Amino acid sequence: MAAPRESQSTRSPEPMAAVAASAAGPGTRAPAALALRVVAECGRSKARACELRLPHGTVATPVFMPVGTQGTMKGVTAAQLDSLGCRICLGNTYHLGMRPGPELIQKAGGLHGFMNWNQNLLTDSGGFQMVSLLALSEVTEEGVRFRSPYDGTEILLSPEKSVEIQNALGSDIMMQLDDVVSSTLTGSRVEEAMHRSIRWLDRCISANRRPDQQNLFAIIQGGLDPVLRSKCLEEMTKRDVPGFAIGGLSGGESKEQFWKMVTLSTDQLPREKPRYLMGVGYATDLVVCVALGCDMFDCVFPTRTARFGSALVPTGNLQLKKKQFAKDFQPIDEACTCPTCQRHTRAFLHALLHSNNTAALHHVTTHNIAYQVWGPLGPDFIG
Amino acid sequence: MKLSLSKVAQGYRLGTLNNLGRKGDRTMEFPGCLLYTRTGSAPHLTHDTLQVISRVPVMTQLTLSSLAEHYEVLEEYKEGIGKFIGMPESMFYCSLHDPVNPCPAGYVTNKSVSVWGVGGRLEMTAAKFMSVQQALQPDWFQCLSDGEALCGEVFSAKRARKSVDRSLAFLDECLKLQEQSEVLRSCVMIGVIEGGDILEERLRSARETAKRPVGGFLLDGFHGDAMTKETRLQLISAVTAELPEDKPRLICGIGQPDEVLECIEAGVDLFESFFPYQVTERGCALSFSFDYQPNPEDTLLQQNGEKEEGEIGDCIDKVTTTKRVPETSFEINLKEKKYRDDFGPVVEGCSCYCCKNHSRAYVHHLLVTNELLAGVLLMIHNFQHYFGFFCAIREALRKDRLGQLKELICRQAS
Repeated sequence: MAAPRESQSTRSPEPMAAVAASAAGPGTRAPAALALRVVAECGRSKARACELRLPHGTVATPVFMPVGTQGTMKGVTAAQLDSLGCRICLGNTYHLGMRPGPELIQKAGGLHGFMNWNQNLLTDSGGFQMVSLLALSEVTEEGVRFRSPYDGTEILLSPEKSVEIQNALGSDIMMQLDDVVSSTLTGSRVEEAMHRSIRWLDRCISANRRPDQQNLFAIIQGGLDPVLRSKCLEEMTKRDVPGFAIGGLSGGESKEQFWKMVTLSTDQLPREKPRYLMGVGYATDLVVCVALGCDMFDCVFPTRTARFGSALVPTGNLQLKKKQFAKDFQPIDEACTCPTCQRHTRAFLHALLHSNNTAALHHVTTHNIAYQVWGPLGPDFIG
Repeated sequence: MKLSLSKVAQGYRLGTLNNLGRKGDRTMEFPGCLLYTRTGSAPHLTHDTLQVISRVPVMTQLTLSSLAEHYEVLEEYKEGIGKFIGMPESMFYCSLHDPVNPCPAGYVTNKSVSVWGVGGRLEMTAAKFMSVQQALQPDWFQCLSDGEALCGEVFSAKRARKSVDRSLAFLDECLKLQEQSEVLRSCVMIGVIEGGDILEERLRSARETAKRPVGGFLLDGFHGDAMTKETRLQLISAVTAELPEDKPRLICGIGQPDEVLECIEAGVDLFESFFPYQVTERGCALSFSFDYQPNPEDTLLQQNGEKEEGEIGDCIDKVTTTKRVPETSFEINLKEKKYRDDFGPVVEGCSCYCCKNHSRAYVHHLLVTNELLAGVLLMIHNFQHYFGFFCAIREALRKDRLGQLKELICRQAS
């Protein structure tokens, strides 16, 4: 991909106050909790570099957000994550809603207070986890009904309930509860889910008790059908939300179909609001999707694969537990300046990974986070 | 290496070891402990997280059992274990076994001692043992020794005698091999005192080992339950009385605070720090006080608090776990339900990273959800607490307050 260069247009980057004020929407609102400033735009692709101002600080986009499912980034401390340059990460509403529960987290001062993370947090709605993790879940207009895996009680996750939990978690960005269907599904269920997601968006917006501190993002659905997706885009962009996620993808569809839907979505999303592509994290996908106009990404892959001893490098990944690395005295990546690569060789990591000392996993996790946060979307990436 | 004593009294010693390390410019205080590692890394900790701990010992303990299987790699690496594991600034003591993972008995012969690595049993002849040390290049290393004096569960005089004979034979053989290697000549050999629970054998081992040109002594075989506390301390005192004053005395397998103090009074200088690791592995945090000069008000509050903690309800509320090593009274079990909404630090007044940044509730959550960060945070706290304890010991010795510290620790020992 050609190196993007500064925007050729005569339009100067908007100041943040103007961005907030110019957002379309009916009636009076509480002051915005989000402001986006486009810093540079690529002349040849739809890529852009922005400054995303959130309640817990400014985030430079494009940004990769590591996933700290249960209020922890696996074996990496909050201080280490901060020093790796991470300014926003994810927490999972489903997991945290189950353990330790929203009441406790609220008592602890929200998720920020509970995990002592002073940068930004994004929480998902809980819907995706439930549908993918639980054997018995049922979707109705009310919400998602399921049985708790811990004590068997029946729980209903409605748009209102999801927002209530996320309000207790206090995340800077919250996701609407959407009716998630597999991207490989066709037929009327896809259309039903798309329309329901719009209705659930409206219910989520109404339920948000802290719009001045927590940003509710809409999630564009519609599967792989351009007509449905465009319809969803048309409707959801009418709502006054601070940002949009492109959902319902990265789940089994072909790459071509995937990219088509991404670019179709960014074509119809407002320029001055962030675009979050959910669940996308492989390096090649990140680069392409930035070119297609996406700003924010998350994926469990880098942190999950680290715990199997797999280190991410520009050419792919190194399975460090394999014999070939036993006497390899190079760092994971010569060009990487993360703490792991500064101090350790592949050979040492290989030996440590074959012991039961968890430090081995932390070394690789640290590197993989650094790689994702700095690497494909590093500060030099655009302009 | 030069040992300077600043105080000797009632069996204990306070002092420093000077001129240590490759450049001869490092110093180590004693009584003190060594940093425990597993396969060359502090458990759960990377360099960054190890750095946040105060008073990390200047000397790190490596175990031959975890590193011997990487001998070929180290030979090819050529630059020694310190650089290989990313700790070029530290000094190293290489012990034979890991104090946490006892090895099966019955694998010592006149020619070899076996160690257990991840890949299985490795037979160490004196020659093999010394070539591994040559590849590791530690500052100090425990000589190959026969640490078995038991026949089944009880000590056997015959077996104890053999352990002394064999260990001396290994020592002489290893010393000879050391002579032939320039690399090994710059490493300090630590002689090992064996002999089970037989006084004559212990004395023989001490006297004979002391005759050899070793740099220090390891008192082996005093851990575990085979000996009574009285016997252990009598034997340790008897052994140290036979050892030269100007060489350090190490002991293995002893980690509990009360036992540490007893051994110090019996003349031991250096300990391992595997105990905080064991505490971490059972989801617990060291909480014992070593502040023997507290605010009188605090003492009263603490005494009141102690009374409340003895409630039976706690035991019932504990989340059931399989514990291999029982909890001691020096720690709190953060898995207990009562910590679920306790937003105070793990230990009030502790300045470690965990206590300054996180709550008991958070650590409890991490333990309940089996998150890796639990081990990281607890290891940070437990190491810092333990190293703080040793600092307090030295301070107490300096101020002639060992009795008070001992009383405080013993009060918490039941």
